[in-house]
Amino acid sequence: MSFSPHMFRIAFMAAVTVISATLPLKNSWADALVVDLSNHLVAITTGFTGTDVLLFGAVQNEGDIIVTVRGPDQDMVVRRKERTVGIWVNRESATFKNVPTYYASASNRPMDIIANDNVLKDYRIGLEHQRFIATTDITEVDQKAYREALVRNMQNVGLFNQRPAKISFLSNQLFRTDIHFPANTPTGTYMINVYLIRDGRIASVKTTPLVVSKTGVSAEVYDFAHRYSALYGIIAVIIAVISGWVASVAFRKG
Amino acid sequence: MQIYLPIAEISVNIFLILGLGGGVGFLSGLFGVGGGFLITPLLIFYGIPPAVSVATAANQIVASSVSGVFAHWRRGNVDLKMGLVLLVGGIFGSTVGVWVFAWLRSLGQIDLVISLCYVIFLGIIGGMMLFEASRAIFRTRRKGGGIRRRKKHQHSYIHGLPFKMRFYRSGLYISALLPLVIGFFVGMLTALMGVGGGFVMVPAMIYLLGMPTGVVIGTSLFQIIFVTANVTFLQSIQTQTVDVALATLLLIGGVIGAQFGARFGSRLKAEHLRALLGLLVLSVCLKLLFDLVIEPSELYSIMPGNL
Repeated sequence: MSFSPHMFRIAFMAAVTVISATLPLKNSWADALVVDLSNHLVAITTGFTGTDVLLFGAVQNEGDIIVTVRGPDQDMVVRRKERTVGIWVNRESATFKNVPTYYASASNRPMDIIANDNVLKDYRIGLEHQRFIATTDITEVDQKAYREALVRNMQNVGLFNQRPAKISFLSNQLFRTDIHFPANTPTGTYMINVYLIRDGRIASVKTTPLVVSKTGVSAEVYDFAHRYSALYGIIAVIIAVISGWVASVAFRKG
Repeated sequence: MQIYLPIAEISVNIFLILGLGGGVGFLSGLFGVGGGFLITPLLIFYGIPPAVSVATAANQIVASSVSGVFAHWRRGNVDLKMGLVLLVGGIFGSTVGVWVFAWLRSLGQIDLVISLCYVIFLGIIGGMMLFEASRAIFRTRRKGGGIRRRKKHQHSYIHGLPFKMRFYRSGLYISALLPLVIGFFVGMLTALMGVGGGFVMVPAMIYLLGMPTGVVIGTSLFQIIFVTANVTFLQSIQTQTVDVALATLLLIGGVIGAQFGARFGSRLKAEHLRALLGLLVLSVCLKLLFDLVIEPSELYSIMPGNL
């Protein structure tokens, strides 16, 4: 089933009209917002050193834009080193649930100017509003320290962005931003949310998925190593034995 | 030029890894050592995850041992029976080692244990080498120096042990328990440190077992092949941390480097070589010790998974 953009637009406008007619007091929720990516697939190939994906879109009426990119969730263990008999050893630890493997955000103006904290909190926009909760029983103070350490570590490896990236408006209606994916980008399905905000309220949201997957030789090797690990091990040994033998023959005289 | 390593899941500079393999290969050709004890720490310093470094180094050592063993085999310098007994111990030891490795990894202590093992062993070996070599350099050389070993027919506690076996090639009649235990211990080191363990095996064979020096290197290489092969296989199954792409790059660099090293080495005096190797081993040891003792800039570390 396919809609032409034109048809879609007509249907969309009709919906907007109906909704704004029925809810005259509320701000029009479904404000026209169109978004797309330059690429819906980030392919990690053998030569992959990171890439940028262009996100672009248009709004019908002026407003502010916030973009969030969230990788698949996973559980994370955070460990703290303490000095023990002169050396630094991992001692205490905590597990966090639902930690995104990747998180980045972007906005056209500083987020705190665009919307107040409660709105950002409700929609879980920005790193500070991610609700990853420690499942380990630890004090409030520790929880905060571990949480900050988790964010800091993820920022250090480039998987959480340090500060929101910039969204630039080309006119009052067209906007664009680059989403950066570093070389160590985890694979999986990413969710990109684009929020249109007007007068401090979310006027419209668009969600679009992005798939990060390994392709080519490196993907096949990884897949093979996990699916047929015994065979992989045997092959690794055989490769080593053969190359060792070839080397000894090749350099026998030399 | 960057290449994405499929198992390590990071992008590395292909020439840097080739150079690393080449450099260590050069040194192993120069000094006649396996080089696993240098490869693994250097990979970790470069940023390869320790687990991947250890498992991949084991895979690479399979190749370097195979290429080394042929020359010894042709000259009859492999005590097959002794090698097999050591190997039985080694297979058990490395299997236990891989299991301990996985267990320590889940506890978050594997990096620490790898570092500690390196500091202890490199410290002892490097210190002894440097001490012995500098004595040889500064003192007048004693006649008929060479390595002193236990006399064959001297009786000690070792001869009281049960399960005696005759090792014709080494001219020994000793308990099989001793080589089994040595093999077991070195096998564990292979799994935990990503080394062949020749630097422990060779002195143990000479001083503890009393094997003739002529068959020591060949026999050690022979059993290292199978123990490292076992580690490669088990790590592949248990932790999926063997990176064939990384191993192949190290291998190519290593083979070429070793040829140059061997040629260059023949121009240097043996005690100078040993002193240099001692210094090198000690500096790797100090760097690792330094990292353990100095307060890290980041006290927290993260790892995917559950407690």
